[in-house]
Amino acid sequence: MKRNYGSIYAAPQSIWLTLFFAAPLLIIVAYSFMKRDIYGGVLPQFSLDAYKSIANPTLLTVAWRTLWVSALATVLTILIALPCGYSIARSGNQAMRLFLVIVPFWTNFLLRIYAWIAILGNEGFINDALRFLGLTTEPVRFLYNQGSVTLVLVYMYLPYAILPLFSTIDKFDFTLLEAARDLGATRMQALRKILLPNIKAGLVTAVLFTFIPIFGAYAVPLLVGGKDSYMLGNIIADQVSKTRNWPLASSLSMGVTVLTGIAAILFTLRGRRPTPRVLDESGLGPVGATAGIPSGGQA
Amino acid sequence: MKGSDVTVSGISKSFGAFKALKGVSLEIKKGEFFSLLGPSGCGKTTLLRVIAGFEEPDTGTVGIDGRDVSGLPPDKRRCNTVFQSYALFPHLTVFENVAFPLRLRRVPNRLLRELVMKHLSLVQLEAHADKKPSMLSGGQKQRVAIARALINEPSVLLLDEPLSALDAKLRQRMLVELDTIHDKVGITFIYVTHDQQEALSVSDRIAVMDQGNVLQVGSPQQIYENPASDFVARFIGETNIFSGVVSSREGPFAAIEAEGIGRLLVEANGEAPVGSRVSVAVRPEKVRIGAVPPGPHDELNILRGTVEEPIYSGFQTKYIIHLPGGGVVTVFRQHANWSEGVPDIRWKDEVYLSWSARDSVVVESDAKPPESRGGEDRPRPSSASR
Repeated sequence: MKRNYGSIYAAPQSIWLTLFFAAPLLIIVAYSFMKRDIYGGVLPQFSLDAYKSIANPTLLTVAWRTLWVSALATVLTILIALPCGYSIARSGNQAMRLFLVIVPFWTNFLLRIYAWIAILGNEGFINDALRFLGLTTEPVRFLYNQGSVTLVLVYMYLPYAILPLFSTIDKFDFTLLEAARDLGATRMQALRKILLPNIKAGLVTAVLFTFIPIFGAYAVPLLVGGKDSYMLGNIIADQVSKTRNWPLASSLSMGVTVLTGIAAILFTLRGRRPTPRVLDESGLGPVGATAGIPSGGQA
Repeated sequence: MKGSDVTVSGISKSFGAFKALKGVSLEIKKGEFFSLLGPSGCGKTTLLRVIAGFEEPDTGTVGIDGRDVSGLPPDKRRCNTVFQSYALFPHLTVFENVAFPLRLRRVPNRLLRELVMKHLSLVQLEAHADKKPSMLSGGQKQRVAIARALINEPSVLLLDEPLSALDAKLRQRMLVELDTIHDKVGITFIYVTHDQQEALSVSDRIAVMDQGNVLQVGSPQQIYENPASDFVARFIGETNIFSGVVSSREGPFAAIEAEGIGRLLVEANGEAPVGSRVSVAVRPEKVRIGAVPPGPHDELNILRGTVEEPIYSGFQTKYIIHLPGGGVVTVFRQHANWSEGVPDIRWKDEVYLSWSARDSVVVESDAKPPESRGGEDRPRPSSASR
């Protein structure tokens, strides 16, 4: 008799996910359809109020801005991570360079944001240097705008983009680039027509790993952003802790989750379509394209 | 001839402390099937990559049709490469792989289709146009790589050990196919291999390389029959090498006191004056083996020895014969006349070995100035006069 041990092996993961992912998610879904209680919490009555109040101009402005900042930060991150991953893959001491990419993770997330305040702030290193060199007399205001939020977001999520890109580029057969050059392609044509299509899986993973957490960003805009850089994550946090409108916070969370979910599914499908049936000999399988995507929101 | 001639002059290339090429010069003729043959690490692939434009040489120039192409990137050279690993683009179909160079040049669709199908039929792959490379066998991948390299109509095709990943049977077939394709397209082929059989069977000329130097350039016959050095003789096929001192000269022959062997006659000219120390090579298939001594002859070397190791391999048997003086001689005997009354030769049998002085050559000599060694088509007296 052949026994199926699969479900036994999967049990720890199933229990864990049920307890700490599915159940909270269901609670949020439930809350979003209930009435608010004045001091936080919910009244167990069905209501669509929370969803109705989403369609409010301020919220839509913030949603639009969140989308824009996330897209911009993702594009910038990928543009930096691509050459970075490429150079690590081609370098002689990969281990050392990967180590350097991972080192920032040893420091607390919040501390790293405060470090940026120390660098960019009015009394920060850059302003000190500018004053010392006599270039400015008044401090330059680098912080508390969309620019500083984008910069810090790019910094925060760069490793998440570099690592998957590195791992696919590392498996890429570089003689393909020589072959392309040999057949008449310029350096750029070879990279665009041969390298990029062959590292698509890594690109998809890198985009998802950066876009999704940035879309739910909370701490970065809170600490280095101003009023003009409030993001959905901040609104949700405010609804939970200040306004204490839990149903609205829940419905907003649902919105973020659904939006990023749809985006992720579309993007993954698009990334896969050109190679539908191939037994990928080069080992360029979709690296973690579906597994381990960080879910929206970090706060 | 549609091909180009390729002139390589004084090419040196180092990777760190390793000198891959040490001043290599070659003249490759239009339409020639030219092989670079040598053991791994001899610099043959580096030389090919220099010609293709993937490596910038430290010194020296590469000329194609008399035009200096040094410094030009690979996409600006009229030569294309068939890579050892095939380097097919995994995300493109066979058709699109072959069409890749045409798409870069924005060739109109109808012409593109026609050209691609023409080249696919040259390598008999029309039926596989829509497959991805991962669905092809090794031999098919190889053919796609050849079709793709030929579609730009290069004047020189560079082949970097193209058959090394195939099994022995398929290698033989692809070799014949390569030869046919060479005849059809008529361009210059520069073929890198470490397999002397491959090089001997398809090349018009061969350059034997070792440690960054070209040791000898010549036709397969010249290379095999008149190796310019000890190394070439040993590298191409099997050979017996005897060393000793020239004791006397007898017309076109030198008599040598060979260590462990005794007196040997070898055809030689000025490179073997009396008193010089020489190495003599004789191919195992040139040595006759028999249970009875052959009739006396002026030009014949006759030795007696004991069979220490008969190695049967179907079409021939290889014998390793130990001589009383301690020398060892390897002999091949074809089985063509096995049944013609030649008594079977067994382990520990006493046998007579004989070969003509004209069938052996001097491959090293201390009277030979070292600069003259390794030169191009070094004129040799022996087989040319036959």
